[in-house]
Amino acid sequence: MIMKIIVPIKRVVDYNVKVRVKSDKSGVETANVKMSMNPFDEIAVEEAIRLREAGKAQEILVITIGTSAAQETLRTGLALGADRAIHVETASALEPINVAKILKKVVDQEKAGLIIMGKQAIDDDSNQTGQMLAALLDWPQATFASKVELSGDQANVTREIDGGLETVTLTMPAVITTDLRLNEPRYVTLPNIMKAKKKPLDTIPADSFNLDFDPRHQILEVSEPPERGSGIVVESVEQLVDKLKNEAKVIQ
Amino acid sequence: MTVLVIAENDNQLIKPAVLNTLGAASQLSGDTHLLVAGSNAGSVLEQARKLAGVTKILYADAGHFENPVAEDLSRLILSLASEYEHILAPATSFGKNLLPRVAALIDVAQISDIVKIEADDTFVRPIYAGNAMAKIKSRDKTKVITVRATAFESIMDGNGAAPVVENLEAVSPSEKAVVSAQELTKTERPELTSASVVVSGGRGMGSGENFDILEKLADKLGAAVGASRAAVDSGYVPNDYQVGQTGKVVAPELYIAVGISGAIQHLAGMKDSKVIVAINKDPDAPIFSVADYGLVADLFEAIPEITESL
Ligand SMILES: Cc1cc2nc3c(=O)[nH]c(=O)nc-3n(C[C@H](O)[C@H](O)[C@H](O)COP(=O)(O)OP(=O)(O)OC[C@H]3O[C@@H](n4cnc5c(N)ncnc54)[C@H](O)[C@@H]3O)c2cc1C
Repeated sequence: MIMKIIVPIKRVVDYNVKVRVKSDKSGVETANVKMSMNPFDEIAVEEAIRLREAGKAQEILVITIGTSAAQETLRTGLALGADRAIHVETASALEPINVAKILKKVVDQEKAGLIIMGKQAIDDDSNQTGQMLAALLDWPQATFASKVELSGDQANVTREIDGGLETVTLTMPAVITTDLRLNEPRYVTLPNIMKAKKKPLDTIPADSFNLDFDPRHQILEVSEPPERGSGIVVESVEQLVDKLKNEAKVIQ
Repeated sequence: MTVLVIAENDNQLIKPAVLNTLGAASQLSGDTHLLVAGSNAGSVLEQARKLAGVTKILYADAGHFENPVAEDLSRLILSLASEYEHILAPATSFGKNLLPRVAALIDVAQISDIVKIEADDTFVRPIYAGNAMAKIKSRDKTKVITVRATAFESIMDGNGAAPVVENLEAVSPSEKAVVSAQELTKTERPELTSASVVVSGGRGMGSGENFDILEKLADKLGAAVGASRAAVDSGYVPNDYQVGQTGKVVAPELYIAVGISGAIQHLAGMKDSKVIVAINKDPDAPIFSVADYGLVADLFEAIPEITESL
């Protein structure tokens, strides 16, 4: 039995929103845009809940780092079924290395047996934090998980890799990052939203960790991706094949 | 200034994406060194010796490098890192798994999935599923970078001086992470991310059996077969077929999207293809907005007809 699973979660622009680049090229427009929990983190919360429901874990702690608006995402995590939440408050946009450093401090204090988190956040698409956290803790990692089986202090994790699937056997404590096929997250229900309001949520200022958050990267500009020229609609298969052969010259 | 490239391999051959990563390395100042870690990987070493632009090969051959885990490889790379200004790996599942672990150990911020090199410290990378491009300048002394293979030319065999080979002592296995099984998808087809033609199917295919009609078309075209997330989630095809923001990125000469609506997450993985064909029965499907040639049709009629006419 794992005493505590920590699930770090992030508030991001909802996956259905097509973001727009700001005209001064300083970033993308996030004002008045729908925000949600990063979809891979929902999968991570769901997996933790299923492990607790299966009697494999006792407590689930969700953590987020960000402004007070990020508390909304923690409440969603609590409404889904997490037991407790920690909000590390900061107004700075932190890079994955700094996020991993903060998470390490919290994990050191909380003594988790397992960390489950999303493989990537769909805003900056970095795909780094889980691996970095595992390195800082000197814990083993299983990224891109599509199946998790725990027995004793071992986790057998099936990973989605470029060539197919791979299973790694980890000795816990460990870090697991989720891929799309791990599970289908449940929906938040109204009674659970009400219950979540009573669950404990602690706030810790990021400054209290005495870490250096100076950005290592300077964003020089954020621009629109190159536009594709507009195409044509063909009338028939015959015309399509003709165009591909004689105009685009991509088939013989 | 020296660049270290991590040569992902299967103990037989270097993965094609490494050749593109070497292409990226050639745009950076300084010599390029190649780290080859494997088990009985002599043929990989032979292949590496012929590559243009590689001045030194660091070779680590050990039983536990047959399927090396990030826990072990990251410590090996850490022991070399102080010699390098840049450490590069392809943004494959291997590179994505490994490099952040390296970056954290040497305490730098990684730059993921670069598509352009503007200077030794300045790179362009897509964010928000490729809906924006961020130009980033790194202040770190060592730049740890994953490279989007489709954005860089692959390096060819060279005829210059043969590189120096240095044998490395392999780090001891961590034992806290062991690869216990692999279930690789077998295919005679070209590899999805380096194929010059890709035929992808979506939810519109309706079933795994129906993918047969795409396979027949792919046979005619010598194409790789890909899929949308919906087709993978529905169990029509294995996970390694998924093209998109959170799957594989492809940029073939010809991409044919069949029964795929064109969600931004899918477009992120294929919109840099040279020529895009969309076949969909819904004339309003967003996939048509990126297609060079759109055909509004029932795929079950159109695909066999195309195959027939080739
Ligand atoms: C976190 C996250 C990550 C994601 N990552 C990815 C990713 O990497 N790759 C990806 O692809 N998706 C990804 N998605 C999913 C994405 O948002 C879409 O849900 C998915 O791409 C839809 O797949 P589809 O186009 O096959 O299905 P649908 O959107 O259902 O489209 C099916 C299409 O088939 C057409 N069709 C049906 N029958 C026929 C017929 N007989 N003939 C012709 N046309 C027909 C329909 O008109 C429709 O346009 C991700 C989503 C999330 C939330």
